[in-house]
Amino acid sequence: MDLHIIGQQAVNGLILGSIYGLIAVGYTMVYGIIGMINFAHGEIYMVSAYLTAIFLALLTAFGLQSLPVVLFLTLLLTMAFTALYGWTVERLAYRPLRGSTRLAPWISAIGISLVLQNYVRISQGARNQGIPVLLEGKFRLQAAAGTVQITHVQVVIVLVALASMAVLTWIMHHTSLGRCCRATQQDRRMAELLGVDSGRIIATVFALGAAMAGVAGVLVTLNYGSFDFYIGFVTGIKAFTAAVLGGIGSLPGAMLGGVVLGLAESLFSGFVNTDYKDVFAFAILVLVLIWRPSGLLGRPEVEKV
Amino acid sequence: MTPLLTVEGLTMRFGGIAALERVGFTVSAGSITALIGPNGAGKTTVFNCLTGFYQATAGAITLQGPTGSLDLVAILGQPLRGSDFLDPVTLARRLFYKMFGGSHRVTRAGVARTFQNVRLFKEMTVMENLLVAQHLRVERNLLAGLLGTPGYRRAEQAAVARGLDWLQILGLRDAANRLAGELPYGDQRRLEIARALCTGPRLLCLDEPAAGLNPRETEALSDLILRLRTQHGLTILLIEHDMSLVMRVSDHVVVLDHGEVIARGTPQAVRQDPRVLTAYLGMEEEGGP
Repeated sequence: MDLHIIGQQAVNGLILGSIYGLIAVGYTMVYGIIGMINFAHGEIYMVSAYLTAIFLALLTAFGLQSLPVVLFLTLLLTMAFTALYGWTVERLAYRPLRGSTRLAPWISAIGISLVLQNYVRISQGARNQGIPVLLEGKFRLQAAAGTVQITHVQVVIVLVALASMAVLTWIMHHTSLGRCCRATQQDRRMAELLGVDSGRIIATVFALGAAMAGVAGVLVTLNYGSFDFYIGFVTGIKAFTAAVLGGIGSLPGAMLGGVVLGLAESLFSGFVNTDYKDVFAFAILVLVLIWRPSGLLGRPEVEKV
Repeated sequence: MTPLLTVEGLTMRFGGIAALERVGFTVSAGSITALIGPNGAGKTTVFNCLTGFYQATAGAITLQGPTGSLDLVAILGQPLRGSDFLDPVTLARRLFYKMFGGSHRVTRAGVARTFQNVRLFKEMTVMENLLVAQHLRVERNLLAGLLGTPGYRRAEQAAVARGLDWLQILGLRDAANRLAGELPYGDQRRLEIARALCTGPRLLCLDEPAAGLNPRETEALSDLILRLRTQHGLTILLIEHDMSLVMRVSDHVVVLDHGEVIARGTPQAVRQDPRVLTAYLGMEEEGGP
């Protein structure tokens, strides 16, 4: 048990955790506002990985040379397009079912997730796709008996994840739209009676959540460079777990849950066994739900009218 | 006086049970109208239909606006009927409201309400509660809010100022930054009225505003209601069980029983109406002396 291995795995866990956190935000916001798990959210993340590759190629083809500019524009464009995907999914698959049984939108979500997977498989091919390594270089930190490596991409991941979380939190607490989101979350009918168009607010929440998944997609693609049409499933389940772990419905909870899950996974695979890392992650979920059924930062269930 | 609100043939059925049966009344502009009746008479159901909380089964609710009248039932979006396809204007209107209608449009038309059981956003501050109610007036663009454009900031400041004005009038100015859920019950009730006022209504519907208040608070409330009418030009429709309050403030009383209007008129006239006495005291009409 060397200190540098702990350090290295903690760094890896933090990276993984911020990705989970970014995706978990989408689950938690949608659950908070309409009490539904958007199972298609993982697929939105998968689509964003493809969009990243497409925009990188397009921007380079247009002759943009500067790497930071290309990356920044790719991030913005991917966020915008995934937000559009999120909005469209809500509009087509969930809104028509609002007011029907509670189960209907869940089934619809599974359907949409299959549709998105196969649409990408048919249009982009079933094989692994990839992008070249764009950011090279790493920092080395001297630890007791070895070194801890942090690549530049990893630094970018943490910084971008923190920045987008900060912007999202700021939107929720300091803009008129954020206020209406919180009001709609607490009492949707009352918000409507005060003139808030709840349909519009719900659509915006889907778009915001999808944009965050888009950020995650860009970052993961930059880090690993390869993706296929099926990556949304496992990552989506993990991010959902992170959201439940942190307390579904709570924004800081989703971020915390992501980091806890990421750290647990990578520390376990560093010290015990890589094959059983998912078992450990889900075991933690089970334990937390036994002792704190509403999650780490969640509040006890309040009766919704 | 001109009617601000006209309710005609309002019927509301839940399954086979008729909660309202062809209810009709008018509320004159600038008046204070009370809706009274025994428990379960359908008073709150009338409010729910008025404010778009329920979709009425049949009937028309017409609100006179500065730009003509508006049907508050159609605005919620009604199912299409076969006959609509013969009339393109009706069809277009129905399709529009079906897609973009909803109870938020009723509020935007100028109707605001409070609830019997207080429904505040408990985890938001008093001021935030008031700002949500002004959402429809503030610049709503996300980008404008994100970038803090001058127009957005000006609108926000105006909204805060308007919120503070209403807090001042209701005597809650000092509580502006407290969480709504932490306020004492009486203050919560007044905050709910302030929030309804922030939507800029022409018709204010109060559902049992005096419930749970002590006599002194009720007294202050009736002063407030009178002041809202005289100083702020509001038309008020209220449901109330406290007869002293009703007698003191209202110009016009509508009595409901078993979902039907059984009497209407001035408070004095209604008080002596034999049908009202029967409904309240449960006398048999034939069995009387």
